[in-house]
Amino acid sequence: MAGKPILETKALHKRFGDHHVLRGIDFTVEPGERVAIIGGSGSGKSTFLRCLNFMETLSEGEVWLDGTRIGVERKGTVTYPEKQLCQVRERLGMVFQQFNLFPHMSVLDNVMEGLVTVKRMSRPEARRVAEAELAKVGLSEKHDAWPGRLSGGQQQRVAIARALSMQPEILLFDEPTSSLDPELVGEVLRVIKQLAEEGRTMLLVTHELGFAYHFATKVIFLAHGVFHEVGTPDEVLKNPRQARTQDFLRRFGEFAF
Amino acid sequence: MDYAWDFGPVLGRFDMLALGLLNTVKIAAVSIVLGVLVGLVLAMMRLSSRRWLNVPALVFIEFYRNTPPIVHFFWFFYALPVMLAISLNPYVAAVLALSTQSGAFYAEVFRGGIVSIERGQWEGGRALGMTHSALMRRIIIPQAIARMVPPFIERSFELLKTTALASTLAYADLLYQAMMVNAETFRPLEVYTTIALMYLVLLVTASQLARLAENRLTAYQ
Ligand SMILES: Nc1ncnc2c1ncn2[C@@H]1O[C@H](COP(=O)(O)OP(=O)(O)OP(=O)(O)O)[C@@H](O)[C@H]1O
Ligand SMILES: [Mg+2]
Repeated sequence: MAGKPILETKALHKRFGDHHVLRGIDFTVEPGERVAIIGGSGSGKSTFLRCLNFMETLSEGEVWLDGTRIGVERKGTVTYPEKQLCQVRERLGMVFQQFNLFPHMSVLDNVMEGLVTVKRMSRPEARRVAEAELAKVGLSEKHDAWPGRLSGGQQQRVAIARALSMQPEILLFDEPTSSLDPELVGEVLRVIKQLAEEGRTMLLVTHELGFAYHFATKVIFLAHGVFHEVGTPDEVLKNPRQARTQDFLRRFGEFAF
Repeated sequence: MDYAWDFGPVLGRFDMLALGLLNTVKIAAVSIVLGVLVGLVLAMMRLSSRRWLNVPALVFIEFYRNTPPIVHFFWFFYALPVMLAISLNPYVAAVLALSTQSGAFYAEVFRGGIVSIERGQWEGGRALGMTHSALMRRIIIPQAIARMVPPFIERSFELLKTTALASTLAYADLLYQAMMVNAETFRPLEVYTTIALMYLVLLVTASQLARLAENRLTAYQ
């Protein structure tokens, strides 16, 4: 794939105080790519994903979206105006481990919220879009339910519908199945697989290595703040070249591809 | 005990007690409204990251939490007029004392409600592209209000009971009126029993109304 990157990071660093979590990451995503990010607990996978839509502020480095650098540079210092960050976040949908649905709104209102508040769509129009997105994740009968009354798998599917409603160019998933009971993982992975078949550009942080193998076009092993090994699923998950990747995969034991 | 109960004289002056009850309700209602305004301002100052807003609000709140309510009544009635070379009537002084007191406590109720909302709620809204103010308005404040209701009601009940201190400034609230009726009738047992029951009815009625409001605001939980 030799297209124009839609998302790019250059020498991205992130520190929390003295803790240097990301140590210079250069990364590109092209339209239609599906990237799985794996790595040990605390290695900075979530932090990396969260830097892309500025849930975390960068310590150093650049993020480029569709050929435009995010942030405004003036006299050597970069600022990030709220308005610009809001636009970036609108274009990068995010799905969280803990769903983060709004408990005081019905399922339908959760999915309509961004359309009405951010995209300034009329309520009837937003409703049509939201209903279509909920149908897509198989939750048409749950419109009027409170999110708190749904199973974890259903909640995560609502969260995916909410992210999709904004028509994002890229989807970011941060361990979308890690807080689900094992029997509910499948229904969420099926939805993600369906999105893959539509050719969407996606980044997925996951511990489900078997799923990552089938899902991804590119796999990244993150360790010690850098992309330690990058390649196709076969290269990274089946024939890793780096000793540290081999170690990591061994510790995960056998997983079925 | 061979005391001969006789509510006759007290009920004969029930108009005075009714006026007192009305004044108690009035001063409580006005002080709750003003207290909410004071509380909102203080809460916003406390939530600010700017020290020059944060620290004065903290000092104000701690002052009120650590001094007896009756001192505030005396300060506004006897001390403030000296400082400003004005005179305050008992009503104004009592409202000032009650609304600043309750404002200090409401501020902590409001702030507590806001900070109790999980980080994930902020992130869920932010990830959709919502601005800070939209997030506050649509996501954070509606949920925070539901959590503020029980402590808010509790504080308002405190305030309702504290209004009785206004009688020490000769404000014609229910307690003060009772003292007047007692002075006329020499029937302390009947007078103070009657007003205790009137306070009870007032507070029980208020708590029923509060419960209705609470159920509506916390329906989703
Ligand atoms: N807000 C924060 N303040 C301070 N340290 C943080 C913060 N967020 C993350 N960290 C630290 O940064 C490191 C990377 O965290 P991160 O959550 O990105 O790891 P992760 O790879 O996603 O791990 P996991 O698999 O457990 O989700 C950890 O050591 C974590 O403690
Ligand atoms: Mg993580």
